[in-house]
This record gives sequence, structure tokens and C-alpha cells, in this order.
Amino acid sequence: MAMAPDAPVQAEVFAARARFIRHIRHVLTSNPVTLLAAILAFLILTAAVFGPLIVPYNPLETNAAMQLKPPSATHWFGTDQLGRDVFSRVIVAARLDLAIALAAVAMSFTVGAIMGLVSGYYGGWTDVIIGRLCDTIMAFPLFVLAMGIVAALGNTIENIVYATAIINLPFYIRMVRAETMVRREAGFVQAARLSGNPDWRILAVQIFPNALPPMMVQVSLNLGWAILNAAGLSFIGLGVRPPDPEWGIMVAEGANFIVSGEWWLAFFPGLALMLAVFTFNLLGDGLRDIVDPRMRT
Amino acid sequence: MAFAVTKLRIVASRVLQAAPAIAGVIIVTFLLTRALPGDPAAFFAGPAADANSIAEIRKTLGLDKSLPEQFFIYIGQLMRGDLGQSISTGRPVIDEIAARLPASLELTLVALILSVSIAIPLGVLAATRPGAWIDHLCRIVTTAGVSLPTFFTGLVLVYVFYFLLGIAPAPMGRLDIIALPPPRITGFFLIDSLVAGELETFRSALVQIILPALTLALFTLAPIARMTRGSMLQALGSDFIRTVKAAGLSRRMVLGTYAFRNALLPVITTLGMVFSFALGANVLVEKVFAWPGIGSYAIEALIASDYAAVQGFVLTMAILFVTLNLMVDVFYTLVDPRLSNKE
Amino acid sequence: MGKPGAAPLLDIRNLTVSFATRNGSVTAVRDVSLSVARGETVAIVGESGSGKSVTSFAVMRILDQNGRIAAGSVVFSGIDLRSAQENEMQDLRGREISMIFQNPRAALNPIRQVGQQIEDVLIRHAQATRRTAHEKAIDLLRLVRINNPERRYYAYPFELSGGMCQRIVIAIALACQPRLLIADEPTTGLDVTTQKAVMDLVAELTRERGMSSILITHDLGLAAQYADKIVVMEQGIVVESGDPRKLFASPAHAYTRKLVRATPRPGAGLRDLLPETQQHGAQAAEMTSDPLVIAKEMPIIAVEALVKEYPLSSADTASIFRREQVTDVFRAVDGITFHVDHGESVGLVGESGCGKSTTSAMLMRLIDVTSGSIRFNGVEISNTPARDFARHELRGRLQMVFQDPADSLNPRFTAFRSIADPLYRLGGVKLKDEARAKVEKLARLTGLPLDLLDRFPHQLSGGQKARVGIARAIALDPKFLVLDEPTAALDVSVQAIILNLLADLKRELGMSYLFVSHDLNVVRLLCDRVIIMKSGRIVEQGDARSVMENPQAAYTRELLAAVPHPPV
Repeated sequence: MAMAPDAPVQAEVFAARARFIRHIRHVLTSNPVTLLAAILAFLILTAAVFGPLIVPYNPLETNAAMQLKPPSATHWFGTDQLGRDVFSRVIVAARLDLAIALAAVAMSFTVGAIMGLVSGYYGGWTDVIIGRLCDTIMAFPLFVLAMGIVAALGNTIENIVYATAIINLPFYIRMVRAETMVRREAGFVQAARLSGNPDWRILAVQIFPNALPPMMVQVSLNLGWAILNAAGLSFIGLGVRPPDPEWGIMVAEGANFIVSGEWWLAFFPGLALMLAVFTFNLLGDGLRDIVDPRMRT
Repeated sequence: MAFAVTKLRIVASRVLQAAPAIAGVIIVTFLLTRALPGDPAAFFAGPAADANSIAEIRKTLGLDKSLPEQFFIYIGQLMRGDLGQSISTGRPVIDEIAARLPASLELTLVALILSVSIAIPLGVLAATRPGAWIDHLCRIVTTAGVSLPTFFTGLVLVYVFYFLLGIAPAPMGRLDIIALPPPRITGFFLIDSLVAGELETFRSALVQIILPALTLALFTLAPIARMTRGSMLQALGSDFIRTVKAAGLSRRMVLGTYAFRNALLPVITTLGMVFSFALGANVLVEKVFAWPGIGSYAIEALIASDYAAVQGFVLTMAILFVTLNLMVDVFYTLVDPRLSNKE
Repeated sequence: MGKPGAAPLLDIRNLTVSFATRNGSVTAVRDVSLSVARGETVAIVGESGSGKSVTSFAVMRILDQNGRIAAGSVVFSGIDLRSAQENEMQDLRGREISMIFQNPRAALNPIRQVGQQIEDVLIRHAQATRRTAHEKAIDLLRLVRINNPERRYYAYPFELSGGMCQRIVIAIALACQPRLLIADEPTTGLDVTTQKAVMDLVAELTRERGMSSILITHDLGLAAQYADKIVVMEQGIVVESGDPRKLFASPAHAYTRKLVRATPRPGAGLRDLLPETQQHGAQAAEMTSDPLVIAKEMPIIAVEALVKEYPLSSADTASIFRREQVTDVFRAVDGITFHVDHGESVGLVGESGCGKSTTSAMLMRLIDVTSGSIRFNGVEISNTPARDFARHELRGRLQMVFQDPADSLNPRFTAFRSIADPLYRLGGVKLKDEARAKVEKLARLTGLPLDLLDRFPHQLSGGQKARVGIARAIALDPKFLVLDEPTAALDVSVQAIILNLLADLKRELGMSYLFVSHDLNVVRLLCDRVIIMKSGRIVEQGDARSVMENPQAAYTRELLAAVPHPPV
């Protein structure tokens, strides 16, 4: 409906918000997988944010009498070699893993998107230099590079974040660059130049928002990958120190007990890890549908 | 033929294009170990060193000189094959790596062969039979495969096949305890034992490598299957497939000669990325299965703060990776006729 | 022509094709009957969504997986195609019935030699053995007028031009001497001279071999020139069929009348393209105050010795090791001089690669000029670099309407936002209410219904998107407008309306146009003068009527001869 020029601005804002909410609901209900992923994501986020407040036991509290007990009614995931409750530790570990992954991806995304936009739009020497940077990073098997960076900078959690962010960078740079180059020659970008838009505005308002939908999928996949990466690094002993609960280090500690049959120490953190990554992979498709206007009815 | 000469020129230019990558790798590994917070000399001397040995190390490694000078010394060392001394074992790093590299290579290669021979047919079948059970299987494998932590899969496999079912051997390395390694030709136990005719050794090596190779293969299966399925679907939807269908070509010709060959090209280009993941996951698998490759060496080195060893490890892996990528690149250039005119 | 009374080669009766979609069953073709006699060429003409391609796909039984023949019969030479087994159809395809498609380069396998692709078909239908196939393939290449067939056998599609690729596709289709050839928009995307060459080749070969053919096209003029019978389809049904001459002289059905009228033809003016009921033009414009004084003695655009060069070799690592200098350049525009007078409409005509798009990009200051001068109303504008021109005071005076409506609108902007953008940026508009008022005025001017303003591009039709693009272009009250093939992607009936709109706007808003096109028929209608370009140079320019009726240059004559002429 055409709005009369003197209609109150408030009504317009409410209408827009209502449309958006309806749109999200449509996306969630049209694909049950997206709904499942959304529910799982919500559960994981709850565990991350409220974990320490809702768990039955103190994750750090040891209990020599209750060592290596299999899952039971009192300890749903059993206890580990120091008598700590595995369930509580798994829930609380969500916070650390998620925090590392989110921080790393946020860093990669921000820096990578800017570099990709500039590299794709202007070309020339900027493109060559940024391309060389990408090539150099990608000349290493990425996990190995992360190991090297953490070894060089020091064995701390912050450095795990930096290492994960660095090895993720080329993906974002290349993806944004490709999307930018595709749209650089499009009619609407030319029209925006004819309308007097300066370059930065074209990049920020015209090109970037259109590149967003495919990037959403990538961000989600990357989140899953970043969690796997962080867990992998802590599995081999980097970053997280005992007794902090973190899924990777818990699997590492539990690995020693697999051969003697105490499977629950490693199984539940590994399962949680798997579920988290799985959720973010599924979420990627749902996110793209929300952001892509072609899905709007 | 002029055609062959052009191809040779392109191959040569591709090899040249790998040079900056190697240069970048060398610079980065150099910076990594010189960028250590604190005194690099102390790190290289090890935690047990005293002030005198640290000063000695500083002089030997030239750490008192300026950075560019150090770089040239570093290059010189690399040219001589000198990767420094390993603190944890006391031997030159290059010797340690050379001794352990075949173990890692054997594991990775067996895993990749396994992976590719399952993933590509799976992807092709899923694409040619959309909606059938194999398509759903492929999708499940792909989505689940990228979510599985390698170390977790390995542990689950060990628990199920070793502890519960008892059909797999203990995850204790490349051979069981009583077997002796075969005479070394390639360093690959599977090949060497066959060449030497030691069938018992071959059987032992095979049985030990199955679980770790399977773990690694499961990890690389997902991206290859997904890429194959996607690429095959795209090829099948192309205009040129419509042309040959309209010309009445047989289904075998359409799928095989026309669709599949075209679909393979993008899959080859993804192989590079798959190698990257495989080499990284290799490290994790080696830890789970106590596999004596360079991955487990690096893990021990990290814990022991053996920096020369870590540097050597990163450098070796990177050069291995660049070489693998180069081979894939050259292969692709030879196979795709569209690249014969571009330089 | 077929013998009267003889059974038709292809007999389609009451054909209905439906597709199973997420929103239920969609009928694409409903109760269609047509027949093709031996040796006859039948054209199926319709706009997008008419079902013309679906009909032929149904005949060949190559519909998408979710499509099926719901009712009716398709009989080819006594064989019931609807109930035939798939292996029977595979034998028929390529050997008895062949098909060629649009976009020829994409229709060939990019990594297989073209000669081998021809061989594959020969061997499949047992027309040759592995030993004889090579020779036969070369013979076929010669048949479709490919020079140097022995060497071209080994070529890959990317090495050949669009026209040559289409010839290869024709060779593949005719390799096994089929009795029926179906050509689905075979010339769309090809230059007009190539189009003529391809159609002449097909016509000659089918005539020589007594083949029947079905020509599917949206171009009524093309159909009239090459077909013995025309079948007109609209929205899945046949509305009329008959002899081309009769169809043009006295069309029976209203839709046919609309199509015939909308087809540009000699003797018809712009208004004549519109249906009789829609003779009035766009709403009267409200003149905006114009502070820019137009000097009427000076051309609004004067171009002199304009050149654009692109370097050929790209920098890469390997080139550092080669000591070559970058001397290779490609001259996209090779020194052209022309002018557009105030209130004039000048057509810029040429085939692909002639430099017309590069010229218009330079005039709009979207790309830099290598050398030469461009003056707007006497003011030199070529010396301002392209990246700084957005801030130039004259930016709003030179605007452009783009070709492809699909990619000329930001998919995330509503129509309102797209039109309002220039107003916000350069029009001094700050408040949304003010913008709304101005956008609505522009929408009325371009005939865009106001309730469509809040829609996204994917919710608009081609014609509606074109109007949004035009409204955006005139938002800043430009004096010079470059129209870059603005109707190329539109149906012919929509094209008629948009062309009339453009003419009305020019008159009412006092603009001058540079109309870039490859379609001489359209240029003839809209332009006072015309410029013919080839390979970066101007081949001929002058008054539109004299150039069209009395061309001086050989190339102009070639272009004019290639344009399909509907029967007058």
C-alpha cells in the first residue's frame, strides 16, 4: 500500500517490524530442518550463557570416592578420573568453546570482508598484495599453521583465538572478493555511480548487503569449523589448561580410558562437540533464507 | 607438435608460480620462531638450559645479529638441510623428520585412496538418482562428515572395534609388538613388505593401518562427496547435456563421457583444500593411534618446548602441501583443454 | 511444400503438458493441436510463457523430471511418441527428429573437440564406423560452411565464435539426416548478420533434403520470412495459425493483432506499434524548473576523436621473468567523432564487439577516456577521472537506462528506494516524505502503478522493472540520456509500450537521447539520426531515413539486408 506522505512514522516502523517477524516465522516453518537447528542452537546458547548457574554439580569439584563411575541417575554422564561430574563439565564447557569460536569468526569476518571488498572492487596492486597474503596463509595446511602460531605466540587461549582467526581469513577474503567482482559490473552498481554515490557507499550499501546471503552460510559453516579447530588444538595440549572444562581437552583426557572401557569420559564431550558443529552447519541454510529478500513473499 | 610445446610452457609457468608460495612459507616459518615473546635463544636452548648455554645457542644460531642477517643464515641452513637440533631427542631435526615422514605419508595416502574410491562413486550415484536412498545417504554422510571431530571418530572406532568387538588390534603404532619392520626401500611398510616377500609383516602392517586410515578417510570423505555430487548435478543440468540427450546418445555416453568428465574438473580443484584438511587431521589421528609419524613428533615437541622441531615440522608440512598442490595444478592444466591457450 | 492430402509428418492433437510444482500442478500447454507436413517449415511464435518451447520438448520427450504429457497425442510418421519406450525415443532422437537450441556455445561440450562431438552422434546411430566417422565429420563441417574443416575438427568450442558454434550444433543435428528439425530460438543472442547466415543455412539445408522443420521464435518478422505456416501461441494455447502473409494482412485473433502491430516494420510509426485501444501516450509531465540554461545552438553532446585502449597481457609472476614490454593494446574505440543536438534522438547501431557499449560508458563517465574529448553543452567532461565524476556538478544531467532489467535494479531495494536513491544523493532531498512525493510523481510519469513502489525487483514483471529503471534515470531531470538496449530483454508487445513511453518523455521533459541498439528496426522508429559502428570506428552516420533507405557503406547495406522483413 502506498503510504500517504503525512502518516505517522511510528506506524510505518511497526508495520516493517511485523513484516520481518512474519518473514522469519515463514522461513522457520517452511523447513523443519531449520527449525531443528534453531532449537538446538538455542539450547547450546543457553548452556553457554547460563551453564554454571544451572548445572547440578560444581564442574571443578573433585570427589575421590566417586571416580570413574558409569552414567547413572545421580550422574547422568558419569564421573571422570577425579570424580568430577561429566555432565556438568560438558555443559559448562560450551561457554569456552563457543566463546573462542565466536571471537575468532567475528575477527576473521570483519577483517576479511573489508579486505575482500577493497580487493574485489579496486583490483590493481591492492588485489595483488591481498592475494599474495591469502596465498601465503593457504600454502600451509591450516591446522598445522595454527599449531605453529600458538607455539610461537605462547600457549594461551587468546592465542588460540588469534590463530583460528588468521587461518580463517583467506576464506572470507576470497569469498567476499568473488561476490564483489560479480556485482561490480552489475547495472545497479553503475546506476548507483550515476546517482552520485561515492565508492565507499556503493561498497557498504549496494554491494555488501547483496553479498551477505551467501556469506551467511559460510559464517555458519565457519563457526562449526572454528569450534572443531579449537577443540583439536586443545586435544593436542594447546591453549586450554586443566582443570578448565573444554570439550577438546575432555576428550583428550578421556582418550586414555577408552582402551580400558570407560567410554563416557570421552564420549559425551565428543558428542556435544559434534552436535554443536552439526547445529551450526544446518543453521547456515536457514540464516541465508532469512537474509535473502528473494525468500520474502 | 606445437600443442605439446605449449603445454610444456604452461606446466613450467605453473611450477614457477609455486615459487612465491615456497618463499612465503620460508619467510613465515622464519618469522614464527623469531617472533617468540621473550628471548628466542632461551626457547631454543630449552627449559633446562643455564645462562651459559643460552649465550652459546644465541651465538650458534646467530640470534644476536640483525633480522635480515638472520634470515640469510636461515636460508643457508635450509639449503644445507640443517633444521637445527632437536632438544627432546638430541638428534638433528632433519633426521627425525626423515625417519618419521614415511609413516605419515603412508597413512595419508591410504586414507585418501580409500576416501576417493568411496566418495566419488557416492557423489555420482547421488547426483544421477536424486531422491533415492543413496542420495539421502550421501547427504547424511556429507552433513555429518563435516561435523565429526576426527579425534572423536578415531576414539569411537577404537572403542567399538577394539574394545567391544575385539577385531581390531590395539592402537599402538604401525606394527604389532612382535613384528619387525621390513627392509627399508620406500619407508612404506605396505610396499616394502610386499617387495621383500614378508607376508606376515604385510598382514600386520595392513591390520594396524586400517582403523587410523578409516578415521582419516571418513574426515575427507564428506567434502569430496559433496563436491562430486554438486559438480555432477551442475554438469547434468548444463545445456550441452540437453544437446546430446536430444541427439539420442546412450545414457552411458551421456553420463560417462559427457557429464562425468566435465564434473571431475571442479572436483580436482577442491582436492587441494582436501589435502590441507587431511594433513591437519593427520596430526590428530597420529595422536589417537600412537602412529609414529611427524604429527606425533610435533605434538611431543610442542609439549617439550622443542622449538627447532616445531619449526621443522611446520616447514616440512608446508612444503609437502605446496608440492601436492602443484601436482594437482599441473595435472589439471594438462587435463583441461581450455587452459592450453592461457599462460 | 507437402502434397495436399498426404498424411502429416508430425501430428500433434489436443496436447496438454503439466508440471508438478510445490504449489500444485501447473498446466504449461493446454489442448494444442498442430501439424507439420513433409518438407514444410512451421513457425511457433509467442512471447515468454506461451508454452512454445514446452511443446517441442514434449514432442522430443525431453521434458524436465516433473513434467508430463497429461493428455493428447503426438504422432510422428505413424509412431505414437507419447507412449514410446525410452530406448525407442533414444533411437528416434538425432536420427529422425533433431533439435537445436539457443546459446550455441553452451550447447557444446566445452572440453571435447567439436569434430569428436559430431562423430559421437554418427557412431551412436550407426551412420559411420570408428574408421569412417572422422571423414564424415569433416564432410559435415564443410556442409555447414566451416572454413578449413580438417583443422577445425580439432577445435574446442571456446576457440570458435557464436555463429560457428551454432553451425557445429546444426551439423550435429543434421548428421544422421533426420526428417524433422526443431529449432528453438536458434538465433537469439547472435548478431543480426550472423542470424541471417544461420537461418539461410538452415533453410537451404532443409530444402535440399526435403526436411520438415519447426522454428520456435518470439520474432514474428523472422517467422514470416522463413516459415510456410505460422502458429501463434499465448499462455499455453494456440490462438491462431495460418499463412504468414494472411496473418499479417488480416489477423483474426486479438492477440495476433497485438503482436503484428507491435512488430516494428517499415511504414509503421511508433504509435502504430501500440494496440488500437492504447493510442494515448504517458500522462502529461509536470515541468520542473530548469536552472541549467541550454544553449540551443550548441550540441548537447559533442564527441571528438574519442579513443579507448585496453592493455592485452595481464601481469603475473611469469611475466616478470619475460622481458617483453606491454605493447599489445586492444582499441575498443578507435577515434570516433559525432554529436547529439538538443532535443535529438540519435541511434548508435552495431553488432557485438563494435565498441558501442564502451562509448556509452565513456559518455556517462563510468570509465576513463584514453584520449579525445567529450563536451556536454560546451563543457569538457572527459578530463575528470571516472572515479571523481560522482561529485561533478553535471553528474545529474547525464543519466542512463540500462539493458538488463534483472541486474540493473538492486535486489534488496524496493522500487521506491531504487528511484529515490539519486534524489537522496544528488537531488538535495533529505526527508522521506519529500522523497515519497517526488517518487510518486516520477512513477506517474512512467506509468508505474503506485502500489508497486514497495515491491522488490523479483516481484515485478520485465516491463515494470523497465519503468523503474526509467523513473530512476529521469529523477534528476537529466538533459542527456543514454539508452543502452533498453528493450532488448522485453517481449515485443511490452517493447512497443516502452518505446512509446520513451518518446513521450523525451518530448515532455526536453531531453536528448543516444539510443544504443543492435536492432535497426527499433532505431528506425525512435531516432532522428543514426550512427553505424564497426570494430571501434564509425562506418556511416547521418539522417536516419536516408541512411536506412540509401546506405552508402557496404557494412550498412549488409546490416540492413540481414534484418528480417515482415511481409508488408
